[in-house]
Amino acid sequence: MATEPIVEEIAGTCVNEHGGAIGMPQLCVDWMPNQIFWLLVTLVVMFFILKTIALPRIGAVLAERKGTISNDLAAAEELKLKAVAAEKAFNDALATARVEAAKIVAAAKADIQKDLDKATAKADAEIGARAAESEKKISEIRAGAMEAVETVARDTAREIVAALGGQADAKAVTSAVTTRMKG
Amino acid sequence: MATGTEEHGSEAGGLAIHPMDQFIVKPLFGDGPVEWYTVTNVTLWMFIAVLVLIGLFVLATRHRGIIPSRLQSVAELFYGFIHNMVEDVTGHEGARFFPYVMTLFMFIFLANILGLIPMSFTTTSHVAVTAVLALMVFMTVTLVGFFRKGIGFLSMFWVSSAPLALRPVLALIELISYFVRPLSHSIRLGGNLMAGHAVIKVFAGFAGAMGVASVVPIVAIAGIYGLELLVAAVQAYVFTILTCVYLRDAVGEAHH
Repeated sequence: MATEPIVEEIAGTCVNEHGGAIGMPQLCVDWMPNQIFWLLVTLVVMFFILKTIALPRIGAVLAERKGTISNDLAAAEELKLKAVAAEKAFNDALATARVEAAKIVAAAKADIQKDLDKATAKADAEIGARAAESEKKISEIRAGAMEAVETVARDTAREIVAALGGQADAKAVTSAVTTRMKG
Repeated sequence: MATGTEEHGSEAGGLAIHPMDQFIVKPLFGDGPVEWYTVTNVTLWMFIAVLVLIGLFVLATRHRGIIPSRLQSVAELFYGFIHNMVEDVTGHEGARFFPYVMTLFMFIFLANILGLIPMSFTTTSHVAVTAVLALMVFMTVTLVGFFRKGIGFLSMFWVSSAPLALRPVLALIELISYFVRPLSHSIRLGGNLMAGHAVIKVFAGFAGAMGVASVVPIVAIAGIYGLELLVAAVQAYVFTILTCVYLRDAVGEAHH
């Protein structure tokens, strides 16, 4: 580029007559005020956009999101605790119901036992009464039978005595029979 | 990026590559001289950057969605990125500078990225622009430092952890490095951008002159373009984090 002719009048000292750059455009002092001016304008505009609108807005959104997330987590924790409590209440109720049921069963058993005992006692008493009655009857029958045997024996004895030709002494026969019977 | 290459390229003859023409500042309307108020391609591309900023940070966030839209989440990403950087590097005291740092980052980032659009103009490839940005940071740091710490701000040059005999020497070095900061701060950004764009233009010139073999420089351009995308983002990041580091000198506790 150094070989190209330099015509300064065209666009200042930084561009040759073809519009090409002479050396480094970065070092062209003619253009610097323009760049600096527009840079400052841009920076001021950007700063105010960011400072007044964008950054507070994004900061608020991020804070709100953080709040929402921690709130949701807290709510979830609370619900979990509630669920645990509900489970505990359910288990407690179940245990109570079991105990209650056992009590009812025991009471019912006791009732039944009582009824049963009563019925058994009654039945026993009846059986005893009947047995006693039967015994009495049996002993009556037995006594009757004894008497009959005695009578028969006495009569038989008398008859035998008579048949043998003796004079049957009723008293002696009777006492003899009675003595034999006892023996 | 190309600005009037064809008109004079043919006259120069042979391999005519004008990698610096893309950096020429031109009036947008007419052919007059470039005065400080002239509307130029600088104005245009800075204006486009402002429009993109409005689109990304104002229009995309207008619903204030708890569940963000895509663009809103991008805006939130930038917000979170720079906000964390300012808080981490500058400390809690420096959080007041967040809008300022955010402005710097978004301007440089948008200018760098927009500059990668073919035929566009890269405002941040000019030292005039980056030097103003760097000087603003330098002046902010110096003024805030003296305002907050008074004469104690100078203690950052007096390295109390060094042996007493070395301290004057270190003070001199620290002082020089302090004043070199705006220079390195601005040249790093402008130089990176300028070099990358010039290299792309040089390869583009090869592509025009090599016939069928020009597929090689075209592939190279594609590769360099990807690299330049990285450079555009990284340089915006570097400029911003250095700003935060410098601000820490002004507002943070002494770290020497």
